Amino acid sequence: MQQRRELDQVYTNRKLLNGQLDTPKWWAPTVTILGIGVVIGLFVIATMINKGLGVTGLGRPVYWGLFITTFVFWVGISHAGIMISAILRLTQAEWRRPVTRAAELLTVFSLLTALVFPLIHAGRPWRIAYWILPYDVARGIYPNIRSPLIMDPVAISTYLTGSTLFLYVALLPDLGNLRDRTTGWKNAMYTVLALGWRGNPRQWKMQTVGGILLSALMLPIFVSVHSIVSWDFAVASAVEGWHSTIFAPYFVIGAVHSGVSAVVTMMALMRWLWGWDDFIRPEHFDALARLLIVVATGWLGFTFLELIFALYGQDAPEIALREMQILTWPWNMLFIIFLLTGYLIPVPMWLFKRVRTNIALMFWTSILVNIGMWLERFLIIVPGLARRTPFVYTWEAYRPSAVEWTILIWSFAWVTLLMLLFSRFFPLVPLFEQKESQVFTDDVMIGRAKVPAIVREAE
Amino acid sequence: MTTAEFGAHNWGMVVDVDKCIGCNACVIACQAENNIPINTQDRVERARTISWIRVERYWEGDFPDAKARFIPIMCQHCENAPCEPVCPVYATYHNAEGLNVQVYNRCVGTRYCANGCPYIVRFFNYWEPVWPESLRNHLNPDVTIRSRGIMEKCSFCVQRIRRTSRTARSEGREIADGEAQTACSSACPTSALNFGNFNDPNSKVSKMKEDKRHYTLLDQFGTDPNVIYLAKIDADKKVGAGEHASHG
Repeated sequence: MQQRRELDQVYTNRKLLNGQLDTPKWWAPTVTILGIGVVIGLFVIATMINKGLGVTGLGRPVYWGLFITTFVFWVGISHAGIMISAILRLTQAEWRRPVTRAAELLTVFSLLTALVFPLIHAGRPWRIAYWILPYDVARGIYPNIRSPLIMDPVAISTYLTGSTLFLYVALLPDLGNLRDRTTGWKNAMYTVLALGWRGNPRQWKMQTVGGILLSALMLPIFVSVHSIVSWDFAVASAVEGWHSTIFAPYFVIGAVHSGVSAVVTMMALMRWLWGWDDFIRPEHFDALARLLIVVATGWLGFTFLELIFALYGQDAPEIALREMQILTWPWNMLFIIFLLTGYLIPVPMWLFKRVRTNIALMFWTSILVNIGMWLERFLIIVPGLARRTPFVYTWEAYRPSAVEWTILIWSFAWVTLLMLLFSRFFPLVPLFEQKESQVFTDDVMIGRAKVPAIVREAE
Repeated sequence: MTTAEFGAHNWGMVVDVDKCIGCNACVIACQAENNIPINTQDRVERARTISWIRVERYWEGDFPDAKARFIPIMCQHCENAPCEPVCPVYATYHNAEGLNVQVYNRCVGTRYCANGCPYIVRFFNYWEPVWPESLRNHLNPDVTIRSRGIMEKCSFCVQRIRRTSRTARSEGREIADGEAQTACSSACPTSALNFGNFNDPNSKVSKMKEDKRHYTLLDQFGTDPNVIYLAKIDADKKVGAGEHASHG
C-alpha cells in the first residue's frame, strides 16, 4: 500500500492542470445537459414560489417534508470538507492531501445548496429577509434567538465563510501556478485572484499558518453546525421522535458518515473523468474506508442509542411512534432500506481490503451510504410529524409531490454543475499539497521493503 | 410565570365536555366570524383544511357498551406554549392578556410553530384563500384575510375582545363579566363553551374552573393551557378530576 511512484513536478503540473489548460471532451456536453436540468429545476422553484406551497404534497400535520430532509442531507454532506481538510490536517494524516480541495469544495457547494431549501420552503420567501437578515431597527423587532431557525443561518453562514476562506487560502499557490501558464483574460483573472503570489518563503509560511489557524477555528463549527440543525427537531418538546437529547452528536456523526462517503464518490469520479490514477490512488480509498468503518459504526451506535433512549421511558406515544417508524408499512420498508444501505451492506464490505482498494466497489458503496443517510433524515422528520396524536382529526399521511421530487433532483444537478464549472478554472487536486507530500516523503528500508516515511522539518 | 398573571385580564375558556352535544355550531360560527376559507373537497383530501375550532368525536368503551364522546378543541392559548419560542420572527408570542397571538404581517411561513404544537391547532395557508362571489360581501371587516404562505389559528376572537374593551373604555367602566364573548362561546346552544377572565376571581369561568372535574389537555407536556376542560359525567361510573387528561 505504501509503495508509490516517483512523480516529477512537470508531470504533476501537466496532469493536474488538464482540466484548466485543456478541456476534456466530455466536459461541454455534460455541462450543457446539467445546465438544462438546472434551468428546469429553477423554473419549477419559480413556479412554486409563484403559485404557493400548495403544489407540494405537504398538509397538516406533516408541515415539513422532502425539502427539510434534503436540507439536512446537504448540510450533512458539507461535513466532508471540515473532516477531511481541517481535522485530518491537524492530526497530520498525510493521505488527506489529494482530496482536501475536493472535500472543501463539496462543503461550499453543498452548503450553498442546503441554504436554498429552508428559503424556498418558507411560505413567503420574499419576506425571509426578516429572518435571515432580521436586524432592521425600523421594525423594532429583533430576531427570536431562542429559535433554532435563527441559529441555523448564523451557523451555516459562519461555516460557509470559514470554508470559502479555507478553500481560497489553499488555492493561492495553485492560482499562481495557473497565472504563469495562461494568457489573455484568463491570465488577468488568475493574476487578480492569486493576490500577488510568488511563492517566496514568507508567503509560504503565511499560507501554512493561515491554513492551520483556519482549521483550528473551524473545529468548533464542525460540532456546532449540525448540532444546531438537529435542534430544529430536538427542541420540539411535544413531538415524539424529535425531542431527543442525543440528536446533536447523533446528527454530527451521521453527517461525517455521509460527507466522507460523498468524498469517496467524488474521488472515484475524479479518477475516472480526469485520469488521475497516479494521484488518487487505491491507498487513499483504503484510508478513507478505514475511517468510514469507524465513523459508521459509531453512528450505528448512536442510531440504536437513540432508539433505546426513546423506548427506555416506556412512554406509550413514544412506543407507538417507534412502532410506526420501524414496523408499519411503508415506513418499515424504508427503515430496512435505510439500515441496509446506511450500514449493513457497505460496512461489512469495507472490512475486506480487496473491496477498499477496488474503486468501482467503493464508488457504489459510498452512493449506498448516502441513500441510507437521506432516508435516515426522512425517517426522523416525517414519521415524527405523521405520528398518530390523540386527536383522530389530524391523522394524515404525506406523499411528496412531483414538484418536490424535481427540486430534490435539481439540487444534485446543481451541485454537480457547480463542481464541473469550478473544475474548468481551478485544479481539483491541490498541486502544492501533492508536491509537498513528495518532498516530505523519504524512503526508509524496513527489512527488505522500501517504505516511504514522512519527514517533517523541526519548527 | 407570565405577565398575564399581573394584568387585569387573563382570557381563558372553560369547556364543559359534559354539556357538549357535538352539534358543530361553534365550528360554523368560527368559520363565519373569522373569515376562514371554505374547506372544499380538495382541501379535505389533501389534509389542508382550516378549522380553528373542531369537534373531535371519539369512542369510549368497547362494543356494545361503546359511547360516542365529543370534545371541542381550539388553540389552548398555552402559558408555556411550544409554538412560541421556535418562531424566528416573533410572529407568535404571548401577550399581556394571556392570549397566544399570531401576527400575520410578521409571519414568513416556516411552519415551525405548527410542528411544535401538540394539539395540532395551527393551520397553514397553502393557497391564496378564495370565496365564491356570493360570499364576498359576507366577510367580517374586523378580521384580516390571511394570504397564502402564513400560519393562522384561533385568536380567541381578539377583534371581539378589542371591541368590547373599546366600548367599555369609552363608557368609562371595566369590562363586565361575560361581556366579551368569542364567536364559538356565543353560538354554543348548551353553554358548553364559556369564555371569560381568569384574573377576576369572581368571574363565571374562574368559578367554573375550580370544579373538581377540571383537567387540561395533554398536560404531560406542561404547556399550562388557558383552556380548561370539565370532564364528562358518566352515570355509570365515577369520574374524578384529571381522569380524562389524556384521552385516547
